[in-house]
Amino acid sequence: MNAAEDRAYDNSELDVSGRENDQMDQYLTFIMASEEYGVDILSVQEIRGWESVTPIPNAPSHVKGVINLRGTIVPIIDLRQRFGLENVEYGPLTVVIVLKVATRKGARVMGIVVDAVSDVYSLAGDDMKSAPDLGDHVNTQYIKGLVNVNSKMVILLDINELLGADTIPDVSINAIKELKESQH
Amino acid sequence: MSIDLSQFHQVFFEESFEGLQVMESSLLELDCENVDSETINSIFRAAHSIKGSSSTFGFAEVAEFTHVLETLLDQVREGTRQLLPDHVDLLLQSVDCLRGMLTALQAQETVDTAQSSVLIQAFNDILEGRQPVTQSASTPDGTGSEQSVADASHSAEASDAHLDAAADTETITWHIRFVPDINLLRTGNEPLRMFRELAELGELEVQVDAGKVPDLALLHPEECHLIWDMHLTTIRPQSDIEEIFEWVVDDSDISISATAGVFSGGPAAIPETSVSDPVATSPVESAEATPATPLPAASTAGAGKAAKPQASKPAASAGSGKGSESTSIRVAIEKIDNLVNLVGELVITQSMLGQLGSEFDVSKLQKLQEGLAQLEHNTRELQESVMRIRMLPISFTFSRFPRMVRDLSKQLGKKIELKLLGEQTELDKTVMEKIGDPLVHLVRNALDHGLETPKDRRAAGKPETGTITLNAFHQGGNIIIEIIDDGKGLNREKILAKARNNGVIGENEVLSDEQIQELIFQPGFSTAEQVTDVSGRGVGMDVVRRNIQELNGSIEVKSIEGEGSTFTIRLPLTLAILDGQLIDVGRQTFIIPLVSIVESLQPDMSLINHVAGGCDVFRLRDEYIPIIKLWEIFGVEPRTNNLAESLLVVVEVGNAKVALVVDDLLGQQQVVIKSMETNYKKVDGISGATILGDGTVSLILDITDLIHMAGVHQQSKNGLKLVASKTRAA
Repeated sequence: MNAAEDRAYDNSELDVSGRENDQMDQYLTFIMASEEYGVDILSVQEIRGWESVTPIPNAPSHVKGVINLRGTIVPIIDLRQRFGLENVEYGPLTVVIVLKVATRKGARVMGIVVDAVSDVYSLAGDDMKSAPDLGDHVNTQYIKGLVNVNSKMVILLDINELLGADTIPDVSINAIKELKESQH
Repeated sequence: MSIDLSQFHQVFFEESFEGLQVMESSLLELDCENVDSETINSIFRAAHSIKGSSSTFGFAEVAEFTHVLETLLDQVREGTRQLLPDHVDLLLQSVDCLRGMLTALQAQETVDTAQSSVLIQAFNDILEGRQPVTQSASTPDGTGSEQSVADASHSAEASDAHLDAAADTETITWHIRFVPDINLLRTGNEPLRMFRELAELGELEVQVDAGKVPDLALLHPEECHLIWDMHLTTIRPQSDIEEIFEWVVDDSDISISATAGVFSGGPAAIPETSVSDPVATSPVESAEATPATPLPAASTAGAGKAAKPQASKPAASAGSGKGSESTSIRVAIEKIDNLVNLVGELVITQSMLGQLGSEFDVSKLQKLQEGLAQLEHNTRELQESVMRIRMLPISFTFSRFPRMVRDLSKQLGKKIELKLLGEQTELDKTVMEKIGDPLVHLVRNALDHGLETPKDRRAAGKPETGTITLNAFHQGGNIIIEIIDDGKGLNREKILAKARNNGVIGENEVLSDEQIQELIFQPGFSTAEQVTDVSGRGVGMDVVRRNIQELNGSIEVKSIEGEGSTFTIRLPLTLAILDGQLIDVGRQTFIIPLVSIVESLQPDMSLINHVAGGCDVFRLRDEYIPIIKLWEIFGVEPRTNNLAESLLVVVEVGNAKVALVVDDLLGQQQVVIKSMETNYKKVDGISGATILGDGTVSLILDITDLIHMAGVHQQSKNGLKLVASKTRAA
């Protein structure tokens, strides 16, 4: 509720300054392997601590299993493994961000395991730079864009691309590095 | 100002379909010799309320059609007209036609009035006592020329209906002159809105005549001095146009006239004249128009009686695909009352426990236990009652059969009596929806293949009239539906010959009667000598079995040659809850549906044989049962690799039995099935998930899937076909 009101407020401010075409979007960011990633806050349903899951037989390794979210069965995906990052032990800071994902078969609720939740930023559309083409071996379609916040790079994820598709994107730690270098 | 009526449409459609159902079943009950006034009254009432509500909602086509129906019914009701079997046929066709119209309306498609106008004409013929024409129309093999002969001497009312029908399907250019009242704007009417609505009807061309607008100095801004001339090309009837001007028609001067219809291309035919004076041209045009309209009309006129159901079917299937997403059910009030009572009790128990908890000490332990027992009791009852809301009497499914049997027996020239038993037996709505088609198939089969012609029956020393019995009853947690016919039964020799021919069984294989009867469920198996349009293509029985198995049910056949066959369908009462056996594999808990478990045992190692290649087979009495290691299939770390320390759960699906290796058997409990597909996807070997008492998720095994997986698994590993062949038998 508040987020929506804030945005409305921001918009009216912008109207005065003449940037009426800009849409301020809020992003929830989280940390994974010391990189900061952001997702559209409107798709975030809730944030919960890590709890044990029921594994799904023969599921890909990044699908940790399913949990009971107040009577609904919700799959939990380890974003580190999905990105091909090294595994870490789940600790007290490890959180699950429950997201509403739009897929071809309708809205789905999924959880992603990340290292820690970081911040909420309001970003205008033109702050965002589209992801550079990193060649054939890096799949960038799930990256909505890159943005600089306080001289830090935040990677904004398109969760619908990321979790809606059943394929595992080819992203390794090297690809992130390359991405960073191309920014500077 | 206007109320959005569309929010009530769903209710209207439901009520109307219900009304049609009443009409149909009452019509089938009617005995022409001795008309029961109560039956005819209920038909009349149903027709009347459909007429009333459809005109309320502006479905003029339906209202108009039902009106004619009603007139005939009214005469029968008053006793001024003798009801003839032809009339009943005609009324039944009208029910089909109305159902088609309503389905089209529900799917927000344009209504095809070709069929209804033929029927309206037939009714008018009856009402005016023109018997021979009735005959030709009631079995609609009448061609366009016959109709036009009838039309030429037709009443004003009928040709009006026809013209409307033609206007419905043909494009007409209307000329509309709108001279609004000077106070039009003051009364809150907005001409622009009207033009916009008109433009929705078709192609609109508006010309404004500003000649009457006074000087600017004299002009009052709230007065309207403009006059509009419009040309509207549309397929919609005149009534639709008039409706738009409904609010201004009293004060303003509006003239609507048809200029040139696209179909005629001739001089302007103004509707008023053709109504009062039915010139030969317009009815002939409409008669020509009728066959010219797309598919359904053509097939109705051409293919005769058999085409009837087909004509309405495409519309029906299209409708179910689209408009009917928000389905609803009607629940008996006592079920709701019961639920309210139970919730009341639950609240009392809860407050009792709450009070106990606030001042608890060990001495009150027994009271706590009593309270918890009470709570469990309440919860269970509540659960059962909630489930019962979804339960509907099977008569909803059975009710379609009297009509079907009546039509088919005529078509096949057989005398058939249909007995329905246990119509009040309740089962889950979802199960009911899915069992409809398999049942129709089985009944059609029984009619077509099972029952003999009267001649053959006489020769076999049986009464001429064959009997088909549909019987439904509860047995344990299941509902049993039996389809019994006293026909010729399954022909053992024929099935065997066919199976040998198809290579389903070997030349010299000896099969028991049961095994032979099982063969009819094989794909592509039909012993009918002739493929009829009723059945005999051999795509049926395997599909029937598969559909029933998808519902966790089973189907069996028992047949005695010369005496008849009995098909027995066994279905779970509901799909939402399942009796499950909790098992442990490694550190995970899974659930096996209790219905599929045959027995659980500790394996005697001497009875386990290692078939070459690694597949283990277990000998249970006189059967060899393949062993499936769950931990292997699911990639779970097992507690032990030693079979002797594990347990075997023998499960059965169809006729395939397999033994699952589990580490531990836990309790049995009812579980609520949750879908995995909602947020994830179908997982091989898993049919769903549930939430256990401690809040954790547990997965429910899909036995059919598992057997299949094991089969594939084994085959790819060592080419052993034992499990795979078992799968095929299922």
